[in-house]
Amino acid sequence: MKYDTGSCRILEKQQLTVDIYDVTVDAGKLALLAKPGQFVHVLVPGHTLRRPISICGIDRAANTLRLVFQVRGEGTAQLAALNCGDSIDLLAPLGRGFSLGNTGRKVLFVGGGIGVPPLLEAAKPFGENAAVVLGFRSREAVILKEDFEQNGNRVQIATDDGSLGHHGLVTDCMEALEAEHFAFEEVFACGPAPMLKAVIRAAERLGVPCQVSMEQRMACGVGACLGCAVKLRREDGGEYYGHVCKDGPVFRARDIVWED
Amino acid sequence: MADLKVTIAGVPFQNPLIAASGTFGFGREYAEFYPLSTLGGISCKGITLAERPGNPPPRVTETPGGMLNAVGLQNPGVDHFIKEDLPWLQKQGTVVIANIAGNTPEDYCRMAEKLSYTAVDMVELNISCPNVKQGGVQFGTSCAGVEDITAQVRRFCKKPLMVKLSPNVSDIGEIAAAAESAGADAISMINTLTGMRIDIRTRRPVLRNNTGGLSGPALLPIAVRMVWQAAQRVKIPIVGMGGISKWEDAVELLLAGASALQIGTVFFTDPYAPVKILDGLNQYLDRSGFSSVSDLTGRVCPW
Repeated sequence: MKYDTGSCRILEKQQLTVDIYDVTVDAGKLALLAKPGQFVHVLVPGHTLRRPISICGIDRAANTLRLVFQVRGEGTAQLAALNCGDSIDLLAPLGRGFSLGNTGRKVLFVGGGIGVPPLLEAAKPFGENAAVVLGFRSREAVILKEDFEQNGNRVQIATDDGSLGHHGLVTDCMEALEAEHFAFEEVFACGPAPMLKAVIRAAERLGVPCQVSMEQRMACGVGACLGCAVKLRREDGGEYYGHVCKDGPVFRARDIVWED
Repeated sequence: MADLKVTIAGVPFQNPLIAASGTFGFGREYAEFYPLSTLGGISCKGITLAERPGNPPPRVTETPGGMLNAVGLQNPGVDHFIKEDLPWLQKQGTVVIANIAGNTPEDYCRMAEKLSYTAVDMVELNISCPNVKQGGVQFGTSCAGVEDITAQVRRFCKKPLMVKLSPNVSDIGEIAAAAESAGADAISMINTLTGMRIDIRTRRPVLRNNTGGLSGPALLPIAVRMVWQAAQRVKIPIVGMGGISKWEDAVELLLAGASALQIGTVFFTDPYAPVKILDGLNQYLDRSGFSSVSDLTGRVCPW
């Protein structure tokens, strides 16, 4: 079995920012199947489509999954209103996560906003070999900084308004790491499209491979309905539509064709 | 336990629940949840003569009581289906229905001919895809169009032929009668209703295709009404679909005149829906003293 549905009890719930929530659920056997970078598809009672949420943490000993999500509309608002003891129906774990490779290598994680959570579990095994650059609008929007520090990662924050950390872009921090001769061998990124494009360009300039986690409006979550299309490049240069739920959400940056 | 078996156009189904085309791929993803023999049949993702890339994203969005999709018939083409998907599907212990869509009558005829010499159990003629300019809906919205394409495909199709009707028409009874008179062995209905949503912040349509096909629970009353109207016009069996999400909905469509059912969008809400619907249907039949699911077909008592 690769994935299944399950009723999962909320064990912990915390509000991290004005619109971001952090819940830990008892996911039973689903937690044992989960890998960093995969996602869960959450049923919202009364709604036709589930809501895809990235997996932020996996505790195989406790059979729990940690989900950090942003309230975007009615469905996620309904999820945010649930409390400890309530149950949510998950279809999980879904998609292809990060290929971590040798965790003794120096690597770089770059996250922006609500793109930060899927990186946390992936960065864990790298410890101090991972530099983590996280970008947010402002100090108030910062999430998971301490969690990455607990991983033993080297964490840097960039904010648009300079209210915490570097005043500017995550790619400025990439350049600073380069100047400090932190020779990372691979980049793992998730965040808004403009950030991803800039990170991919920077990685290309350095000749370093890059994996990015993508999002798209989604229906089935398992690769049957072909809803969550993303344009990809074949080895032969031809283009086709792959799907975030099954071929991703994590893709090799060089395979992605940016359409806008 | 009541008898759930139904026979549509000479094809025996172990139960009346069929996965609707486009919601179930070629079955592999849902075989993770249960054996595909749980279902009476699978109507495969719509296939075209040549591979189609599909529409640019976003292709799906939620709506009140349902969703819109504009996938645009992304598929690997009929030859790939026959070579790569059908051999696996035919071993799953369920009826395999090939759903075909095309741009010209010749496309449909060539596909029907190719499929005639394969293991598919039935061909579903998709003349109702609203998301592709030339995906067949041009044939599906007038009686003359339906009659012409059905008659042409009929000549090449050695398999039982089911015609899938569009609800985007003024008189569904006329359309159903046209399909029957042109030689259809069954009709399936309804495909999606054309819809649209707009992002009020960007003033852009949510779907990149601007419009899409509406499916999900919101469709149920329209499907019930249209199946009821069509059932009064044709003698061939009707495979009813549109918004079924629970066993009660399935019973309604059967009572309206359907002999079998397709379920689709509910897979996205609950992949286990067919198991639950069959269980509820069985209990309802036992409670109501029906020995066979076929006894429900058309048994509505209209005022």
